[in-house]
Amino acid sequence: MAETKSVIGTQNKKGQTYTDTWKMMNEAPRTPSFFTGSEVIKEALRRASCDVMIAYPITPQSEAAALIGELFAEGYIGDYFRGESEFAVMSQCAGSAFGGARVFTTTAGPGTMRAMENFPMWAGSRLPIQMIVTCRGINSPLSIQPDTLEIAYLLNTGMLVWHAETAQDFFDWILKGYMVSEEPDVHLPLALCCDGFFVTHTKDVVNLTPANMCLPPYDPYRSPVPCMDMECPPVRMMRDPFVMKSNYISYATHASWQQEIWAAVERSRKHSIHWLNGLIDTENTDADVVIVASGTAVSQGREAIRLLEDEGVRCGLVKVKTLRPWPEEEIREATKNAKHIFVPEFNVTGWLAKEIRATIPNPHRVHAGPHVCGGMTMPPEIIVSEIKTALGMKTFSLAGRGS
Amino acid sequence: MIKKRLNIRMSGLGGQGAVTAAHVMAMAANRDGKFSISNPFFGAEKRMAPAESYCRIGIERIYDRGELVFPDVIEVFHPQVITMGKSYTMPFYSGIKEGGVVIINSGQPLLSEEDVQRLEDLNVAVFYIAGTELAIETAGTELSTNMTMIGSVAGITNCVSMEALDGALQERFGKKFVASGGTASLDEAIKKKFAKKEMLLAKNLATVKRAYEIAGEWAEKNKIELRVGNPAVAA
Repeated sequence: MAETKSVIGTQNKKGQTYTDTWKMMNEAPRTPSFFTGSEVIKEALRRASCDVMIAYPITPQSEAAALIGELFAEGYIGDYFRGESEFAVMSQCAGSAFGGARVFTTTAGPGTMRAMENFPMWAGSRLPIQMIVTCRGINSPLSIQPDTLEIAYLLNTGMLVWHAETAQDFFDWILKGYMVSEEPDVHLPLALCCDGFFVTHTKDVVNLTPANMCLPPYDPYRSPVPCMDMECPPVRMMRDPFVMKSNYISYATHASWQQEIWAAVERSRKHSIHWLNGLIDTENTDADVVIVASGTAVSQGREAIRLLEDEGVRCGLVKVKTLRPWPEEEIREATKNAKHIFVPEFNVTGWLAKEIRATIPNPHRVHAGPHVCGGMTMPPEIIVSEIKTALGMKTFSLAGRGS
Repeated sequence: MIKKRLNIRMSGLGGQGAVTAAHVMAMAANRDGKFSISNPFFGAEKRMAPAESYCRIGIERIYDRGELVFPDVIEVFHPQVITMGKSYTMPFYSGIKEGGVVIINSGQPLLSEEDVQRLEDLNVAVFYIAGTELAIETAGTELSTNMTMIGSVAGITNCVSMEALDGALQERFGKKFVASGGTASLDEAIKKKFAKKEMLLAKNLATVKRAYEIAGEWAEKNKIELRVGNPAVAA
């Protein structure tokens, strides 16, 4: 066996020190910076030892993609290029990952949908690509504003799906995400989602790790499937006749492999708990009323809780950090005391409420809403109104938007 | 009125720098040690199309983001926001909180009698400033209109200090900043207009200061108080 030598403590060509990721994320000093979410994505990538970034413009991810282009010009990214379409980008990401690269890309809304065929292929090929999804409306008429409907489509691709609330989540989770998705017993792509504009274009304080520290590089030979190299070229994947033939063995192969992908999603659970300090965050879950949310709906929920406190209503909060793996046990435990569970969502279908209803006992406790969609903002006052109405309390009319 | 949080909605047209204004305000508040968040809201990034931005400044951590539906202050960067309804919210003052302030970039009154009455009923003060003219006069370009709007809101509310605004402007225009493709190119356009960054910063700051003084005098004369602080301590 070839001798392996740790790169920790050595420097890359930019003079950054490859640092133990746990130490970098948990022990290194942090500098508060006032940045937009897009700038924060760039700063995370600066520290990610990323080999390849592939870009294609679509609002609201275009800024992040452009800023990462600057990183490439500065020499922090191995390679950077633009695809011909979102489908092409995701296919090129696959090619790069097959070739052993740590890959990053960003997308949004209709672009995510256009590339959708690639995502089960990524998962099936066990490619630990990280894709930022800056959610926006996907339907016609077009909207460029945030609407989390596209996340619903990603949930069953076999990818890991995390939903960031803030730019701080983004910074930390981009780096930690690679640590989870590159584990040999996981080795799956990660869709790291956020609500576009509300995170990408919002200026907020974010605590950054030192720029002279970076992640250890990706080791493609930790992949649980044969690593593609010159001795085992990509064409090998499609060469086995039993995979392509329509017979029992073929079906059994696919069925067992699909189960293995979902088993890998489950195996990511322990790593996600380790790196994210749990799959959910909770506050005051002994209250009768609990808000369960993901993404910026959590932030709006936090403001609603403040407003409710002023009126003497105590309300708990569950922040769902990972949607895949789904924190089933955690949500069941966190909501066991709740008489009313409210699930505010930035989409029309209420996919999160449906998942929660399918998870907990006495699902009639779940109030699916409030919902906003098409890119609309969810004022905390709407959440307050929904909760007060359900509790039989008098609430002011929001008609005419308060005028 | 002293409030834990000041919510400012800036309604303008594409190319006027409303997004930049909110960013600069939030950056200044952050420099002053307050909590702040800014974010934009626009459709197609196009000149003269409606563009809105929001700046939230407070004494405790701010979670709220997205469109500001219930603002304390509304700034109208262009008369067409009112006269042609180029606004994401109609009428443009929808949602304004009682005791709030409306700041309008216009040398002449634009509101209908009905609008005036509705704002009076909500005890909302209206301040007109010929911001574009002031920008042309002081900075030599209408591109600094947003500086008059920054100065106006700062002068009336004192939510950010002039020192912090100076620092925020230097930070914003002293380095390459990408808030969007359109905003970046506008930043470059204004830099070219002034040729030198130092001159740009000096003229922009002068514009902010003039608007700050004019607005401050108006607020004092009309006994308008809308500050960020801890109401419990003040009481």
